[in-house]
Amino acid sequence: MQVEVTVNGQAHVLEVADNTLLVELLRENLGLTGTHVGCDTSQCGACTVHMDGRSVKACTVLAAQAQGAEVVTIEGIGSADALHPMQEAFRDCHALQCGFCTPGMIMSAIDLVSRNPGIDNAGVRAGLEGNICRCTGYHNIVRAVIQAAQNM
Amino acid sequence: MYPFNYHRPQSADDALALFKAAEDGIYLAGGQTLLPTMKQRLAAPTDLIDLCNVPDLRGIELETQAVSVGALTLHSEVAGHEGIRSALPVLSSLAGEIGDSQVRNRGTLGGSVANSDPAADYPAAIVGLGATIHTMDRSIEGDDFFKDLFETALNPGELITRICFPVPERAAYQKFPNPASRYAIVGVLVADFSGEIRVGVTGAGPCAFRASGIEQVLNADLSPESIDAVEVPESGFNNDLHASAIYRAHLVKVMAKRAVADLLN
Repeated sequence: MQVEVTVNGQAHVLEVADNTLLVELLRENLGLTGTHVGCDTSQCGACTVHMDGRSVKACTVLAAQAQGAEVVTIEGIGSADALHPMQEAFRDCHALQCGFCTPGMIMSAIDLVSRNPGIDNAGVRAGLEGNICRCTGYHNIVRAVIQAAQNM
Repeated sequence: MYPFNYHRPQSADDALALFKAAEDGIYLAGGQTLLPTMKQRLAAPTDLIDLCNVPDLRGIELETQAVSVGALTLHSEVAGHEGIRSALPVLSSLAGEIGDSQVRNRGTLGGSVANSDPAADYPAAIVGLGATIHTMDRSIEGDDFFKDLFETALNPGELITRICFPVPERAAYQKFPNPASRYAIVGVLVADFSGEIRVGVTGAGPCAFRASGIEQVLNADLSPESIDAVEVPESGFNNDLHASAIYRAHLVKVMAKRAVADLLN
């Protein structure tokens, strides 16, 4: 089937099988491997991207369901020379250990902070319930999100 | 993901026709339960019929004594809707506690209710508030909707269009969430309709139900303490690795007491 989708501002028309997941379209058809597949069971949030301005788990959305949607991935929020304030804060606060969950954490955190300016620690912890860090590095992740909230 | 046929009908009639033509068809709303279930091979439908383009399944309408919510309305839309927050705050807070934010950004009211997962949150509101489920052909009372584990009064191919929630004087929902999945191990919604108390329970049994014993004592004395006198038998309750049936029966009373305390505040 044909899917028309805009990813990081660029329009694509792609031919995919009916059972293709959005995360497969991103990683395999478009080569955007910054979006990670962690659990593939809709729990860990490593595959979080923005679809029409809302954070979603790309392993639990069919590519077909993204028809006509605007998708933003970790590759679309900043560049090596001009990091997004959330990426900057993750670097400043050393909010990662192995780094596998980081793209999903950052995409969730951006959506969370943009909807809840002035969010506090408890709000960040509740808001990131859908993202799991297997290194359990939550303390610095929460610090980074609070810091970024002040700069976004 | 194993292969299946994907369809995107433009009308409810076309959706039903596709359902009837399919060997083993299923409607797709947000997919937050269906897609993980398929990945685990707990379901293997041949055809997914995506409802995203079917008209008249969205939107929130505030009526005088009721809130009417389209079946495809997202949990995050119910949680964040200013009108629902002021008219029926128990519904927005319940929706805001479902799963996690990414799940709430895709999951829908109709999908959750049609699935009748024993641990889902919305069913507590359907029975606790006495909602009416509207389908393409008829209206079903909340009390008659949930039949058993993943079983409802819906006929094969029958599509939920809207759900209408009556607005009580006051209401509260308390749940004991599974710490990993955020599903309700037990959730209790208590609503006060001008002195007539309704108590909806999810998580404890095979499907959501009204706790008539608790309703009876609360109708006589609306206080957390009055619930102490009620016997909640564990017979027929869910018994799994998350909680035993006896523990769930205990939690029904604890959550009901918390909900009443909350409601009286």
